[in-house]
Amino acid sequence: MIQVNNLTKKYNATTVLNIQELEIPKGQSFGLVGNNGAGKTTFFSLLLDLIEPTTGGIINHNVVVNTSENWKNFTGAFLDESFLIGYLTAEEYFYFIGELRGQNKADVDALLKKYEEFFNNEILNTKKYLRDLSKGNMKKVGIIATLIGNPEVVILDEPFANLDPTTVNRLKKIVKELAENPDVTVLISSHDLLHTVEVCNRIVALNKGEVVKDINTSEETLKELEAFFAV
Amino acid sequence: MIKHFLTLEWKSFVRSASFKTNLAFKIFMALISLYFAAMFVFMGIGAFYGLKKVGLEPLQTVNKFMIYYLFADMMMRYFFQKIPTLTIRPLLVLPIKKNTIVHFSLGKTVLNYFNTTHAFFFIPFSIILLINGYSVLGVITWHLGILTVILFINFLNILINNKDVIFGIVAAIIVGLIASQYYNLFDITIYTQPFFQGLYEHAWMVLLPISTLIIIYYFTFNFFKKDLTLDERLHIKKNLATSNDLTWLNQFGTLGTFLKNDIKLLMRNKRAKTTLYMSFFFLFYGLIFFTQDIYKGGVMQAFAAVFVTGGFLINFGQFVPSWDSSYYQLMMTQSISYKEYLNSKWWLMVIGTAISMFLASFYIYFGWEVYITILATGIYNIGFNSFLVLLTGAYTRTAIDLESAKGAFGDKKAFNFKTLLFSLPQMIIPILLFGVGLLADNFYIGISLIACFGILGLLFKSRIFLIIENIFQKEKYNAIVAYKQKN
Repeated sequence: MIQVNNLTKKYNATTVLNIQELEIPKGQSFGLVGNNGAGKTTFFSLLLDLIEPTTGGIINHNVVVNTSENWKNFTGAFLDESFLIGYLTAEEYFYFIGELRGQNKADVDALLKKYEEFFNNEILNTKKYLRDLSKGNMKKVGIIATLIGNPEVVILDEPFANLDPTTVNRLKKIVKELAENPDVTVLISSHDLLHTVEVCNRIVALNKGEVVKDINTSEETLKELEAFFAV
Repeated sequence: MIKHFLTLEWKSFVRSASFKTNLAFKIFMALISLYFAAMFVFMGIGAFYGLKKVGLEPLQTVNKFMIYYLFADMMMRYFFQKIPTLTIRPLLVLPIKKNTIVHFSLGKTVLNYFNTTHAFFFIPFSIILLINGYSVLGVITWHLGILTVILFINFLNILINNKDVIFGIVAAIIVGLIASQYYNLFDITIYTQPFFQGLYEHAWMVLLPISTLIIIYYFTFNFFKKDLTLDERLHIKKNLATSNDLTWLNQFGTLGTFLKNDIKLLMRNKRAKTTLYMSFFFLFYGLIFFTQDIYKGGVMQAFAAVFVTGGFLINFGQFVPSWDSSYYQLMMTQSISYKEYLNSKWWLMVIGTAISMFLASFYIYFGWEVYITILATGIYNIGFNSFLVLLTGAYTRTAIDLESAKGAFGDKKAFNFKTLLFSLPQMIIPILLFGVGLLADNFYIGISLIACFGILGLLFKSRIFLIIENIFQKEKYNAIVAYKQKN
């Protein structure tokens, strides 16, 4: 379970995030939607202790994120390309992450085998360094790397952006599978309302750093969200 | 059109990240530049009178060694001059003629630092020649000729850029020429000196370099224009991955994991590779000091020895953890212990220093005392300087662009009070310890003290690591923000 208490982030006088209370139960697939600058990435960065909260904090499975580092053992995340090591090949990168998470080569190979279809023969055995891959392929590598070591919390920032239509559908399948596992909490942010509604069972909309909608997904959710973001 | 280009250039210059440093540093940099400019001017003037004093004809002597001067220039350019390609990418889709873009980007290289520096030497030297009654026309054609040759090298470097094979051949020829000159086997200057001298004596000869320059400009122009599409030259060159699993490192556990990564970092990135080249050059730094009797036996012997064995240590270590800046966010979300992370970098530095110590064995040629100084400072580097260097690195907040060799000469943002605080002792302590030995009139006391400092440092290794870990922890958020700002 992830608990957010009185969390704010300010840059000088500008408040970019202000969440009084938010609880994400274990096993939930949680979607974060909002326009540019709504605070989605800021929230994820705070959740990963990459920036310092101005007030309050986040508790991830009983670990206070900005005081202990133990959350790293059960959390996998991919925010952007700065999570990739450009001079490694995809395999080397996966093994590197695997070794850091106590997985041996066979474990990693088994996982990669499972997602072979998602890679679409564009990732493995290509002898390409990650820095030379296209944006979409970089994303594929980053997303699968978060799943190494069976994390209980998976955080993906804009996972659908830059992917081709086929891969988007494959990714939706992967996320749905993850969401079915009651031990895995999935957090996803996106601009795309349709994709998010499809894979998440709860959706929170942020606007200028504040929670403006918090809905459990149902038939009407998409309409409700579209009405909210309509111009 | 040119006006637009020039404003773009001016903005990119004024708004570059390096300009946004504090005032004190700007003044410091200005003073350094002035110092170097003054040194060159002084050399230009001094060369004339100095050579005359020892009874040599100045112009002829300068011409004799000109070929080596130009060779050195060529080497420097190969390693450090950046080829202007990517900056023109956004211009391609705008309504500008391709020819204009190519002319402009080639013209831009002419104003490069590597070309302008020479002026500080050649202009004063030429003026002095004129004052001393050399033929006006001759000096002008000579000056013009040399300038043309320098520009020729400029374009040649663009043509052969990144072709390691060609560079290897050229480098081998140059080293061979120097060696054969040294051993009186073959003296290339006999053939080149008349050419450079000819530029002065026969005004028409200046047409030779000028026409060569025009030809190479024509070639470079076509070469560039042909590749001026996004999928050719402007596209970052993609190298096929060389697979080397380095599996034998697996036996070292997490240390092995990091070491594997660091070795790949060094082998696969241009910027990191420059560190290796620089370390190799540092190996020969001692030649400046040990070949001159005034330095031999003095405290500068320790100073030189620190650099001979510590080249890699200093060049690599001062940018830990900045080497990992481009994926620092990843590192910060993995459960990594800082200790193991640091340990891997430290071991790499130790291995580098040990290799340098081994390669520096040739200094035994300069006598036992020089050699043992090198060994002692090697131990000192491993046991003491390695920690100082890591402390410097902990306060260095520079996002390193692994793909470009730029910034290898030390980055401006890396300069702050704390890094200075940890950098100076790296050289001063061994000098002082060596001085103690001199005062006690026993060379071996100084040497033992230097080695002892190294051994002492090793004993406190885990303590010192703890301090550095705390700095890393405390500076975490600042580091992430700083590493996000790319130049």
